[in-house]
Amino acid sequence: MNSTLHAFARPDGRKGIRNHLVVVYLVECAHHVAREMVFPFRERGVHLIGFTGCFPNAYSFRMLQQLCTHPNVGGALLVSLGCEGFNRTELAAAIRATGRPVETIVIQNTGGTRTSIAEGKAWIARTLQEMDATPRVAMGLDELIVGTICGGSDATSGITANPAVGRAFDLLAAQNARTIFEETGELIGCEQIMAGRAARPELARELIACVEKAAHHYTVLGHGSFAPGNAEGGLTTQEEKSMGAYSKSGSSRINGILKPGDVPREGGLYLLDVVPDGEVRFGFANINDNAEIGELIACGSHVILFTTGRGSVVGSAIAPVIKICANPETYRRMSEDMDIDAGKILEGRATLDEVGREIFERVVRTAEGAPTASESLGHQEFSMTYKSFEPLGPACFPSR
Amino acid sequence: MPKTDDHSPATDRRLLQLSPADNVLTVISTLEPGETIRVAGQNVVVPARLPLGHKLAARDLAPGDKIIKYGVPIGSAVTRIAAGEHVHTHNLKSDYLPTFTREEQGNYFKDHH
Repeated sequence: MNSTLHAFARPDGRKGIRNHLVVVYLVECAHHVAREMVFPFRERGVHLIGFTGCFPNAYSFRMLQQLCTHPNVGGALLVSLGCEGFNRTELAAAIRATGRPVETIVIQNTGGTRTSIAEGKAWIARTLQEMDATPRVAMGLDELIVGTICGGSDATSGITANPAVGRAFDLLAAQNARTIFEETGELIGCEQIMAGRAARPELARELIACVEKAAHHYTVLGHGSFAPGNAEGGLTTQEEKSMGAYSKSGSSRINGILKPGDVPREGGLYLLDVVPDGEVRFGFANINDNAEIGELIACGSHVILFTTGRGSVVGSAIAPVIKICANPETYRRMSEDMDIDAGKILEGRATLDEVGREIFERVVRTAEGAPTASESLGHQEFSMTYKSFEPLGPACFPSR
Repeated sequence: MPKTDDHSPATDRRLLQLSPADNVLTVISTLEPGETIRVAGQNVVVPARLPLGHKLAARDLAPGDKIIKYGVPIGSAVTRIAAGEHVHTHNLKSDYLPTFTREEQGNYFKDHH
């Protein structure tokens, strides 16, 4: 498919497939005020994101910086209570440096709930008008970034939706698009297999180290990966179970590793390492699907491919989520929430290759502007917790 | 990309080959005891109920043979397995050793490179 997209041109040169304004609470104490500002504009592409914690943290700063300057975002309104630890001045400066409109409302200075909401709504209305004039520019599929995740998996996920996404990832790789998979905790058992797809030997070692770190993290927190229910579902070995999740990555070579907020610079497939570095702190690495989706978006993902067997309904702030349903019975029960019926593979109505092609084509249509099921239903979930990461080593990046 | 879904008449449509190199097939519609299925051109009678997600041998396998699913080894056969036979915990064992164990043994990098 030779498609040219009609993208939103950002002043920093990045290209978006949506034109969202984000309202950002910088602590839970500012959440209600921020939500009230968004409410009248919730069907006009104004999305609510934020961080609930009062204590400053490098990860949450980098996440919000990357999300506010995401190519699908054309402007940001920061909502601060006033005394929280988040460095609002530095965040506003980073957004301003990209040429995007940005404003900060400090509730303690503005005079309380009502005045802050009124000021915020006025700024949003003005900025939306400005954003209507965002220039459009041609964008190739080689400029598109697509992330994938699975949630609410069942015995069908690993045999229909996940390998079908893998086929779509291979089609995207053939267009030199940038693709991202993650969930290193679900890759325990296939690290040797994954390492065999590394573009460089030093990257193979890093890929194994990522999974090893996830295994350690999960062990400390008392997670098991292979449960008795897996064997009842027909899965026999750890490596077989992990292959079911891993099959979303397709068959192209792995070009590099990312940590949340790292944007891949070259086409090809990347592993996003979402498990924090260092001693295990702050609890579970991934508290829910949206925490991972937010990280994929912070890495620049324009679109998310979400596979589900039991049936998830979520979407996301900032980037459209395409839901691929693995189980035909779930699809019939929850079709309004699904974009792709991959369960038809089980009923002989399509092959994996055909569904892979259908997903690829849906990615292109979504990038052209067609709303996904979760977008139409108004889903804009967002979730972020405390984490800490070390910067990546040179082995993780493609060499020039 | 090659066409990888095997729906040739030699293999029952209720069985899915996920990758061309696979020597096991995944059950995609529950098989009941006594039913006859076609595997690699042979008729096989299903001895026990096999729900969605379980695996059958796509050809005769010997002890020690790698079991290939998704195009990669998911373990090794521990007994002789005839084409059409159920492949599960009774005749397939994992080859996986957690990498941290290998590291403790001091052969971590040698194993991979």
